Amino acid sequence: METTSNSSVFLLTVNGQIEGANFPDYDHLYCKYCYVYGHDWAPTTGLEEGITQITSKSSQSHKLIWNFPLETTFKSTNPSGWPQLVVSVYGPDVFGNDVVRGYGATHIPFTPGQHIRTIPMFVPEPTWRLQKFTGWLLGRRPEYTDPKVVAHGEGREGSSCLPFFNELNSCSFHSVG
Amino acid sequence: MAASSEIREKLRKKRRALQDTLAKNKNEDDIQALVPSARFNMDKQPTAMKEAVGSDEDPGETLRRTLRAQREKRKTKLLEQSFVQDEDVGEVSPTQYNSPNEGPSSRADDSVVFTRPPTGSQRGVSVKSEQPSRSLHLDTFVTRHLQEKLRAARSKGESLQQQETSEDSSEPVSRLQRLKDRDTITRFDREAHPVSSRRHDDPLTLRTRVKFQEQAGRVEKDFPSAEEAYNFFTFNYEPDQPSKPESKSRMRQKHRDGVEEDDRDGNRQEEAEEEEEAEEDEAEEDNQDQNEFQSEEAPLVRNEDDLFVIDHSPQDFVEVRKAEYVGLKMRVQRDRELLFTPSFLTVPTSVKLPENMKPRFLEDEGLYVGQRPAVSMTNENISENRILKMAEGSKWFGDDGKILALPDPIKESSTRPPLFHMDEELDPALQTVYRKTMKSQYANLYIAGATDPEGDYQLDVDVSGLIFSHHPLFSREHVLASRLAQLYDQYLSRQQNNLTGHLTEKLNGLRKALRNMMRIHGEQGSSEALQHRISEYSLEVRNTRQLRDLEQEKDRTLLRSIIKVWKEIKSLREFQKYTNTPFKLFLRRENVDRALDEWEYEGEILKEVLELEAESEEQHQKKLAEYNKQLEDWKLWRKKQKAKRRKKKKKKKGQTQDDTEEEDEEEQDQDETESEDPFEEDPVKPEVPERPGVDSLERWVREKASRIRRKPGEAILIPELSTSGGITGNDQCPRPEIARREDVSRRSLFIKILYNHKEVSRTDSCSLSTDFRVHFGQIFNLKVLNCPHSINLQVFEEIGSSYSLLVQVFVPVPDPSVVTGRAPIEEIEFSSNQHVMFDHEGVGSDVPLSFESDGSNKLTLLTSGKLSCCVSWGVGEEGVPLAPPLSQHPAGAHRGPGHLDAVSYIGASGLYDMKKIGEWAIQSRLDPNDPKNTSIMHLLKVATSGEVTAPDYFRLEHLQEEFNFVSDEEIERSKRFRLLRLRNQEAPEFRNYKFVPLLEREVSDKVFQDYEKRLKEGETIDTRQHLDPHRAVVAKYLQQIQESVINRFILSKHHYQLSDLVIEEEIPSIGILGINLFKLAESKRPLKPERKERKKVTAQNLSDGDIRLLVNVIRAHNIPIRKPQSNKPGQSSQSAIQGSDWYLSQVQVRPFVEVSFQRTVLQTTTADGPNPSWNEELQLPFNAPNGDYSTGSLQSVKDEVFINIFDEVLYETGPSDKSRATSIHTQIEKHWLGSVKIPFSTIYSQSKIDGAFKVNTPAVLLGYSREHGSTSVYDQWRSTQGGTFIRLFITVEPQLMPGESVRQKIKEAEFNSQEDERLLQASEKFEIHAAGGYPDRPCITTVIDLSGKTVFITRYIRPLNPPQEFLDGFPNNPQEATSLVAQYVSLIPSLPDQVSFSATCDLLSTCDQFLTLLAGDEQEHAVLLCNYFLFLGKKAWLIIGTAIPEGPTAYVLTHEQSGYFIWNPSSGQFYEKGDTFCPLQTVGCLVNSDNVWFNIQKNPSPLHTNFDITKAKMWKPFFSRSFSHPGLSSVQPEELVYRQTDKAAAAELQDRVEKILKEKIMEWRPRHPTRWNRYCNTTLKQFLPKLELSRGQNVAEGHRVELQNLLGDYRISGFPLHLPFSEVGPIIEAVHSTGVHNIHSSTVEFALAVYIHPYPNNVLSVWVYLASLVRT
Repeated sequence: METTSNSSVFLLTVNGQIEGANFPDYDHLYCKYCYVYGHDWAPTTGLEEGITQITSKSSQSHKLIWNFPLETTFKSTNPSGWPQLVVSVYGPDVFGNDVVRGYGATHIPFTPGQHIRTIPMFVPEPTWRLQKFTGWLLGRRPEYTDPKVVAHGEGREGSSCLPFFNELNSCSFHSVG
Repeated sequence: MAASSEIREKLRKKRRALQDTLAKNKNEDDIQALVPSARFNMDKQPTAMKEAVGSDEDPGETLRRTLRAQREKRKTKLLEQSFVQDEDVGEVSPTQYNSPNEGPSSRADDSVVFTRPPTGSQRGVSVKSEQPSRSLHLDTFVTRHLQEKLRAARSKGESLQQQETSEDSSEPVSRLQRLKDRDTITRFDREAHPVSSRRHDDPLTLRTRVKFQEQAGRVEKDFPSAEEAYNFFTFNYEPDQPSKPESKSRMRQKHRDGVEEDDRDGNRQEEAEEEEEAEEDEAEEDNQDQNEFQSEEAPLVRNEDDLFVIDHSPQDFVEVRKAEYVGLKMRVQRDRELLFTPSFLTVPTSVKLPENMKPRFLEDEGLYVGQRPAVSMTNENISENRILKMAEGSKWFGDDGKILALPDPIKESSTRPPLFHMDEELDPALQTVYRKTMKSQYANLYIAGATDPEGDYQLDVDVSGLIFSHHPLFSREHVLASRLAQLYDQYLSRQQNNLTGHLTEKLNGLRKALRNMMRIHGEQGSSEALQHRISEYSLEVRNTRQLRDLEQEKDRTLLRSIIKVWKEIKSLREFQKYTNTPFKLFLRRENVDRALDEWEYEGEILKEVLELEAESEEQHQKKLAEYNKQLEDWKLWRKKQKAKRRKKKKKKKGQTQDDTEEEDEEEQDQDETESEDPFEEDPVKPEVPERPGVDSLERWVREKASRIRRKPGEAILIPELSTSGGITGNDQCPRPEIARREDVSRRSLFIKILYNHKEVSRTDSCSLSTDFRVHFGQIFNLKVLNCPHSINLQVFEEIGSSYSLLVQVFVPVPDPSVVTGRAPIEEIEFSSNQHVMFDHEGVGSDVPLSFESDGSNKLTLLTSGKLSCCVSWGVGEEGVPLAPPLSQHPAGAHRGPGHLDAVSYIGASGLYDMKKIGEWAIQSRLDPNDPKNTSIMHLLKVATSGEVTAPDYFRLEHLQEEFNFVSDEEIERSKRFRLLRLRNQEAPEFRNYKFVPLLEREVSDKVFQDYEKRLKEGETIDTRQHLDPHRAVVAKYLQQIQESVINRFILSKHHYQLSDLVIEEEIPSIGILGINLFKLAESKRPLKPERKERKKVTAQNLSDGDIRLLVNVIRAHNIPIRKPQSNKPGQSSQSAIQGSDWYLSQVQVRPFVEVSFQRTVLQTTTADGPNPSWNEELQLPFNAPNGDYSTGSLQSVKDEVFINIFDEVLYETGPSDKSRATSIHTQIEKHWLGSVKIPFSTIYSQSKIDGAFKVNTPAVLLGYSREHGSTSVYDQWRSTQGGTFIRLFITVEPQLMPGESVRQKIKEAEFNSQEDERLLQASEKFEIHAAGGYPDRPCITTVIDLSGKTVFITRYIRPLNPPQEFLDGFPNNPQEATSLVAQYVSLIPSLPDQVSFSATCDLLSTCDQFLTLLAGDEQEHAVLLCNYFLFLGKKAWLIIGTAIPEGPTAYVLTHEQSGYFIWNPSSGQFYEKGDTFCPLQTVGCLVNSDNVWFNIQKNPSPLHTNFDITKAKMWKPFFSRSFSHPGLSSVQPEELVYRQTDKAAAAELQDRVEKILKEKIMEWRPRHPTRWNRYCNTTLKQFLPKLELSRGQNVAEGHRVELQNLLGDYRISGFPLHLPFSEVGPIIEAVHSTGVHNIHSSTVEFALAVYIHPYPNNVLSVWVYLASLVRT
């Protein structure tokens, strides 16, 4: 973390990549990412949002590999609201509709150095069985209004019926303070 | 090495010389032999030792030396090996060689430890320890020798140091080592070898030798013989040091200093050494002399010294001897002499405390004493004994005679010395190695892992059966029978306990005792103690008697109720003619001896009466005593009064000299009553207490006895319940009963067993028997891996194939000691609140039920029963219980800490539960004095005192301190923290504050200025801004409401619902599903264009300049046209324009549109004609306040878009004749024709606005008229409507996310309601349904009032009286009154809720609130207008719909003979139903006081709407036959009370407004002089009241003419503005937007007149007449 003398901010540089995911049941997935950060944070360089290429499983491995680079620099005056990386994975369902396959979030590592984070992914489940069926049929699964909600705690307690299922998605970071 | 060899050579010579002189050659040989052997031959160590010991002369001493040498050698050796071991040597050696000779050294150690802190340098210390012995030996003259010796030693030391330094310089000593050395030094005061230097090999040899020599010399001096050694030790304990040794020590110190000095300038050369050697020789000689004085052995040292230097082969010195045996006894004896072994017996307290002090126990005094660390008694005693031996040992003991101890002996900071090292230099042995945690096979099981790898435990769940005490299928008889059974059970248990008998016995015993005591009392006279005891006994008797009576009564009533229930059963059986239950009750009679019984009965009564008498007597006495006391007081008081009176009277009647001392009491009393002193209350004269009558007592006792006791002679009834009765067969039962029985037989039950919330097994389903008992009798063996948290039995009832959960029973997890076979079967009661009802005989559950014929005395029974089951730990094959060991039981394992830590004991969620915390506090026996527990204790105290303030927060106080990173004061002081806190609290100024500076100094004080100002202004009302005190108050009030509402919103904003987070498809109906399926099959039509929704942008990533406001000005209709300029046709301008517009006979108007928003002004091109078409898009930038583009902030943008229509007028100026021929100077003037105002909030919430807006044109537009030259039919028709319209399309680019409605949330979350729950649900359903069917039609059934409560909307509609003067004004013309009322309503300023409350929330104030606040949105206007119309006898409804440009709004509908009329409440205008230009676009629903009707017609526009609400196909009523109107009372007041507005105040206001406006206009024209035409001003002023009277209609023409006449020479353009008055700001804004001040002609003059017409209740109508005059 560097403190420039006149404006007194510290910088957080994130280098990394979204390496890949492990979704045993799905294939041909792509991934969107964005950052969620607090009031006192602002990105200075790099992309704040992005979307990866579609990747497919190889015949040998069941891992989806994106190796999508991330490179962003934030400036901030306050560690509160430390940036979080929000990742959402989409892919086609049986009918070719793009549906969400998982949401997940992780904080940018707090310490400099190389880190690998494995993010458990989840999707909201339909409230009713019937909805599950129609959602499947029409390709409209329940989605978050904004993927960023997964980075907030607010409102989770109200959503009583949000069963999730877990998948894994890993990102590696190399953050430089 | 050359130097050293030289030295060696010299030393050798020296040695030879000395050897001759010395007596003890042998000894010397010994040493010669010893040292090398020690040095070079480790293996020969024991032999060397033997030799040493074997020497005749002084075995102890030699051994000592040997040891020393040995240790020396070991050390060097070990040091070479490792450092770690090096340290050990010091510790190990004394213990290893536990010979008596070792004693001295360890003794010396001890002495050091005891006498002085171990800070001193070791050498100094060792010297000290030697001192006593020396002081014994040496005479005073020794000091002289010592001085010499010192000199010698110094020189020797110098030479030594020289060598040392040379060595040191060759290889620096690491710092680490030094540290370690120091450590050993402080602990072991011994030979003190600078271990550090010993690392290096070859220089070491010499060095060590020298050192050793030195040491050995010392040793020899110290230990001349055993006796001396003994003396030395016995003297060692002397506390005060003689002065001589002091000097000696100083000398030694000096010596050392000298050595150090040399050390410092240690780079001496070898040449210098030569000299020093000589010196050394001398010194050695000196030393020798000295040694001779000291002891005979002293020369040995020298020899030794030389010895080491000689390079003999090791073999030369080796001498083999056998080890000397020292007898055990002797050794023990020596040990005893030398060693101090602290006793382990308890030290008496008196020893530990200072004399004459008693131990003081702080804990007993109530002070908090922490828990002492656990130390075994023996250890404590030993250390106490040891400490006592120490000097000042007593200071280690506290007042209570115990060793002072901290509660927590663990130091907070680490005592381990920090390791300064670079990463790579760290010894590999010290590197931390990380290993992965091993996962045990049974993860998170009983922690068994290591000890018991099997770890399988077995829980046996025995589900034996189920008995219902109530079941929905119970018949009435069953209900009674079960009650009977219960009562009988109760009876039996009571019989068993036999409390009554027990109490009776006790009572008799007490009475006997009391009697005895009384007898003694009577005989021996009363003693104080006896009396006391008697009174105690009688009290006890009384209590016992009362208890017994109670029990007797209970017995009696129980018996009675049993009989009663049985009778009921009998009658029921008779009545229904069949029996369902096998119960039978027999009453066994036990006859008693009547006489005896009676005698007992009477005796009992007599006794009781006597006792009661005594008691009442006692009480009487007490009362009497009290009475007497009171009487005394009273008398005293009276006397005082009397005395006072007398004094007063004397004063008063001093002149009359009337002696009134002998007044009688009555007079006195009278005087008292009228006493002048009103403060002193008269004590009432007490009354003599009455003595209670004995008769009444006896009567009372008898009554009670007859109630609670068996009558004398009556037989004792013993009920016996048997189940021997038969049940009537099915064939004899009526149909409903058969149905019931069949139902019973259909049902079966089974039980699921859930272990840790997971189903593990279930029982077979057993059918329900007729007696409602189910027997399962199944045992389930559960192999358990995970800790049992819960065992749950779920009882399911099965009917046919479906089953339902009846009840859940939680079974406690058994203790590990509870093992199958030994565990009793437990009956667990359960009940469920299921609601079940049957149409047959079954009584159902949760259904009121009555056994009375009249249906009274209803009782509601819930399904309940008992489940008998047993959970225990299984037993293995060899009888080993398969339970987890107690210590591993999770509860048992962590019992200690668990008790102390509330969180682990009751779980985090349990912290909410007061009861649990209380339980925990009791169980863990919290020390109430412990400061750590204060918060919990306080909490418990508060909780138990009754006033439970339910804590709505999570308590983590006991962890709080760990989270505090700075102190509270610092947080308070810091500006940065303050800023952060305020932002977190969402203070309006900081809610969206970004980038709180990183450093404290960067936070400027300015940041808080606004905030502090607001806080300060909270109290004071700024009247300057408002011109009108009333309005200032109102504004203040409004602001407060806003704040509170906003706070609620902020709260509810954080309250999310599922739908706020997750987008989910609604459950589609079959129809929609079908359509969708159909769509799938539909062929794609790529060419068919589909309207795509614009992408909505979330607010986060927006910044200034990203948002633009698009205003598409399409066209306008019916713009006023210029009038030919009066009677002066020859005007140049006119002709010029005429000339240019050749295609028209005359120019009518050249309008253009100017759009201003946020001070950005853009204008269209100029078009021609009264119906121009521009079709231009204007883009205005939008800046959010403070750069905050969040939804909430955007919603609160108060800016308005002004769309002004101007006429561009060209004038020729400067018509100087000269230039006229060649050039024309034209001047452009713009004349304001009208404007449209659209608030940004409307655009934002609707995302686009499209439509024709009515332009607000002034009532009179000087120089313009609406009559058009052309006479097309369309225009004709239009002109009759009398309005100018402009068609606009406004939107925001990019599209912003409209603020979601908070309304729904509020309903859910914070805002409570007084409405019936059913009504609210119904209204919600109604609205959802409406929104589902017709999403574009607003439907409102409930609104939120000012206090934030949800209120049904019909409660707002109620006829209310308008101001009386309106009614009186036109008694014969109701039409006139109507329009007057409408105008009055429209004059109340509008204030959209969205703006004020920054969210889409409707707050509806009642009409009186509205009239007080004088601000409200359309809804409030509409409600008021509707209520007025109702009062006027019209049929009126509220229309909830959408209009242009307001969006969702409320209008008023009236029905008259001529048809339906729609009123715009905020403008006061009305439209016929068929009017196409009615701004109302959709009609959502109609509201009146009775009902709400939702429009379900096809076309919602008012034009096509049929307003006949009776038609069910067109209007869907809220209250219908299925849900009738519950008779909602109105929230409106009965009657509105109006205040007359102060006319003088209005006039004053008028002047002020005029003044302000004039100033403003001048201000806006900074570069031009502004002249006011006074004449015109006055004329206009006269004009305005007329306008008010006529409400701006039909005066234009006459007015213009009049003006024209008055001001002939001027070209006038001007207009009156009509506004409701709220504040002065909007007026200024309106004036500014007309742009009158923009005329820059040099000859221009202005005229301005303001008129304010007051209406009741401070409703003010403001007219501003504005004109510009240009002299022509």
